[in-house]
Amino acid sequence: MEALSSFPLELTGPEVPMVRFMNVRKTYGDFVVLDNLNLDIAPGEMVTVIGPSGSGKTTVLRMLMTLETINGGVIYVDGKPLTHMPKNGVLVPADAKYLRKARSSIGMCFQHFNLFPHMTALENCMEGPVQVLGLSRREAKERAEELLSMVGMIEKKDQHPARLSGGQQQRVAIARALAMRPKVMLFDEVTSALDPEVIGEVTNVIQDLVTKHNLTMLMVTHQMGFARDISDRICFFYGGKIEEQDTPEELFANPKSKRTQQFLSAVKAAD
Amino acid sequence: MTYISFLSDYGGRFVDGMLVTALQFLCSLALATVLALVFGLMLLSSNAAVKGAAVVYVEFFRGTSLLVQLFWLFFVLPLFGITLEPFFTGFLAVGLNIGAYGAQLVQGAIKSVPRGQWEAAYALSMSPAKRMRRIIIPQALVIMLPAWGNLVIELLKSTALVALIAVPDLMFEAKQLNSSTYLSTWTFGTALVIYYIFARFLVTPTMRSLEHVMARRMGRS
Ligand SMILES: Nc1ncnc2c1ncn2[C@@H]1O[C@H](COP(=O)(O)OP(=O)(O)OP(=O)(O)O)[C@@H](O)[C@H]1O
Ligand SMILES: [Mg+2]
Repeated sequence: MEALSSFPLELTGPEVPMVRFMNVRKTYGDFVVLDNLNLDIAPGEMVTVIGPSGSGKTTVLRMLMTLETINGGVIYVDGKPLTHMPKNGVLVPADAKYLRKARSSIGMCFQHFNLFPHMTALENCMEGPVQVLGLSRREAKERAEELLSMVGMIEKKDQHPARLSGGQQQRVAIARALAMRPKVMLFDEVTSALDPEVIGEVTNVIQDLVTKHNLTMLMVTHQMGFARDISDRICFFYGGKIEEQDTPEELFANPKSKRTQQFLSAVKAAD
Repeated sequence: MTYISFLSDYGGRFVDGMLVTALQFLCSLALATVLALVFGLMLLSSNAAVKGAAVVYVEFFRGTSLLVQLFWLFFVLPLFGITLEPFFTGFLAVGLNIGAYGAQLVQGAIKSVPRGQWEAAYALSMSPAKRMRRIIIPQALVIMLPAWGNLVIELLKSTALVALIAVPDLMFEAKQLNSSTYLSTWTFGTALVIYYIFARFLVTPTMRSLEHVMARRMGRS
């Protein structure tokens, strides 16, 4: 593993990526999940991660949310280190306080929504802005209502999650994450737990975000059609490595790697 | 002597005893609640010393008899120059004892809040303290409420032991009446019924309505 002193304190230059994974390594005990991962995401880019089960897709997102610590390398967000902090001119592993600040530029939506069950949809969306960003309740309410309208959930704003369908809960969860005004949004299989007939209401919201907002997004999905429609780039993960990455047109039409071809034809056969 | 005349002669004593029992109950409940929350959180601490202190507390008060703890506080502490009022000693012992059981309930309930809730709060950049207070504890309360209800009944029953250090509670009055009247069936029968009514018609409905309020806060009623 390289010494931390070989990593820059800050990314500079004309084209600083919004996200950079630099030689990132993740292990659980002896098991290497990801080794030497290098991935850049440009500002405003929508990148989708696909790949077989266990290939490390979720792990990539969780590392970026800092829900998992990394065992090597550095992740940068908007040019600044995320997993590390500068100290006496070198990078050292970030402490809790630095992490809290650094991860506030990242928002995440989970497969199982994870809305707070003791709060209404509106309160769920106000919680972060009031408690973390320090907005007044009035400002937070305005912001939350605006976002709930955007995801088509304003009529249900006073309902608790228990009273909402999966698709509705996921839309509230998207609004809750957006209320923190993140620079990067992460979506981990946000439609996998949904009934087929409500998947569209969630994908439409994400589609909307892509076309109308300049958010940087990293998404994991098993819905190839959706990935093809909205992504700027697709990364195919295999065994903890990026096996192949390209524009959706190229990757779906002319997959170069044998494994990508196998995966895509297996997915097609299952559809 | 009829039971009616027994009651009209000695009813006042039962009422006095009941009031003391009610006070013992409220004081020990308040103490047990605070201790359960504090030590329950300490049991979850990653700091070994903090956690160790909580483990010692819980092990000690759960592992030994409440009666011995009560006598220890009442008869042994004075030998070290610490003399406590019987009333204070009574609810201190009961509160400490039930608080140890409560701490384990709190710990278990907090641990059983789904991991996704911790992660969602983390993803919003909440500080650990805010996450605990705003997200985890409110849900843990809902989880632990039924078991807490049983513990409160247990606490009520435990307060009868304070009669043994001469706190004039319901049990104490019944015992006194018994030794002056020898009407064991009526004295202890009346005490039993009062304890039962207390538990069944005051404590249980209160816990039920609390559960109801909680369910509504979770949007589930
Ligand atoms: N907490 C953990 N402890 C040990 N191993 C883990 C842990 N979390 C994940 N792994 C392993 O890491 C590998 C990558 O997991 P990950 O969840 O990132 O896969 P994935 O690509 O998201 O798969 P899926 O499509 O099934 O969601 C898997 O082999 C998994 O078993
Ligand atoms: Mg996954």
